[in-house]
Amino acid sequence: MSGRAQPLIIGAGPAGIRAAEALVEAGLRPLVVDEAPACGGQIYRQRLVPDERSSVALYGSEAPKAERLHRDFAALAGKLDYWPQALLWNLRDGKADIAVGGASRQVAYDGLVLATGATDRVLPIPGWTLPGVFTLGGAQIALKAQGCAIGSRVVFVGSGPLLYLVAWQYMKAGVSVAAVLDTAPFSAKFNLLRGLALEPAVILRGMRMTAELRLKGVALRYGVRDVRIEGEERVGGIAWREDIREMHLACDGVGYGLALRPETQLADLAGCRFRFDARDRAWLPECDAAGRTSVPGVYLAGDGAGIAGADAAELAGERAGLALRQDRGLPHAPERAAAIERSLARIGRFRDVLELAFPFPAHWARDMADETLVCRCEEISAGEIRRAAAHFGTGEINRLKAVSRIGMGRCQGRICGSAAAELLAAETGRSVDAVGRLRSQAPIKPIPLTMALAQPQAEAAE
Amino acid sequence: MPLLHRIARRDHEAIAFTLDGHACQGRAGDTVLTAILAQAEKLRFSEFSASPRAGFCQMGACQDCWVVLESGERLRACSTALGAGMRIATKGRAA
Repeated sequence: MSGRAQPLIIGAGPAGIRAAEALVEAGLRPLVVDEAPACGGQIYRQRLVPDERSSVALYGSEAPKAERLHRDFAALAGKLDYWPQALLWNLRDGKADIAVGGASRQVAYDGLVLATGATDRVLPIPGWTLPGVFTLGGAQIALKAQGCAIGSRVVFVGSGPLLYLVAWQYMKAGVSVAAVLDTAPFSAKFNLLRGLALEPAVILRGMRMTAELRLKGVALRYGVRDVRIEGEERVGGIAWREDIREMHLACDGVGYGLALRPETQLADLAGCRFRFDARDRAWLPECDAAGRTSVPGVYLAGDGAGIAGADAAELAGERAGLALRQDRGLPHAPERAAAIERSLARIGRFRDVLELAFPFPAHWARDMADETLVCRCEEISAGEIRRAAAHFGTGEINRLKAVSRIGMGRCQGRICGSAAAELLAAETGRSVDAVGRLRSQAPIKPIPLTMALAQPQAEAAE
Repeated sequence: MPLLHRIARRDHEAIAFTLDGHACQGRAGDTVLTAILAQAEKLRFSEFSASPRAGFCQMGACQDCWVVLESGERLRACSTALGAGMRIATKGRAA
């Protein structure tokens, strides 16, 4: 391998770890870069220090998978390079700019696996910036990684499997869960029966959790709309509508999310071609069943390529690793690769079922009140976006960004981007794919200015 | 009334820090976000409307939890471990 740079893997979650394992197996020595202090990704995130809770208390039925993943990654020590607490903030000229240990280092790579994962997908609702409102993922991290509840009486609202999982985890931890408010009608849940044949264990686990929530007296409400979070300085309650009924509950913490969205900024900076995915109502980087993108040597694995969950991420990580091996002329286990692709296809069909059971309420954007804040960073309201779109006569999302600053704040549109696209589409009477795709910019997350301006220190890898 | 309620790690080693000049204690294993919100109900005021904020995603994506130290250093509270002696300011508007 002399003369060739190291393969670079971004993300040390289920996908990144399995990709690393596949590369090490073939004698390659990848560099694994991850923002977290310890491996596991979001789903199998580790605590900063151990505490009195067992692995089962933390990860539930997935504890064996979490433990195996952490253990397997630890076993790779010495056979790869691992930079935790490191942010890949730019990709240019075949090199990666990585902020680590207070400095920016530039690394040449040969082969890039992007296992960047996902974050919660949300649409703005009144009161969503109040202290005490967290994403479902955020509420889960508070509980699992930090051992804290986001309130003493908590309501979970939104859609997606995480809605019920997080509510159940809070209930199990002894926190008072006032209600689970599902944006989908109850009838949508019958779709889950179709998932029984594909992923019976997942469906049965979900049914058990729902039954346990109900047994504990947690109110489960379906088809909620016009959700508003109330309070002056912090969350004091939540209001919503069901049919024609106006509903209200007092609470001091809210977990909110509408399923997940992939982190695709690095695929964009790597030059990957994107396609619009009608099911997810999002632009996703193109890739084949093995994870190969439109850019030779750049691979995608896990939720960053499209939401499919942790089990799929492990499989996709391994598959991408095998693809990289094949493209380098190394042994690549074709039978194993084919078996993985079959499993991933089955999980993909399961995802279609989940999407029907937990549909994204895109119409919320159309109905959004003008005063609702869309961009948390720059505090831009729905009305300001609508006015900017009308005034400048734009129906294109990057133009809208230029004239309204939406998507220009510190989060780079991670939180508001899909809402802005839905708003613009509704406002201009077009489909959401017709308004275009918000382009990613480096640095993909805030870094000190001195780091971005400093002359990069080129490093010879390996 | 603090925003977060501890249900684990209550007896871990105490870590002293100050919040707007007041002496506070976090616990070993706390992020800055946890340490502050286990004492207080906000992390900062927003730049434009000065409305209280307390983070959102807790996974380093939303950038809503940047806080300032008295030294002027800025840090993302959800992804920074609490350090002994940190002097954190939440009253300023420049987060």
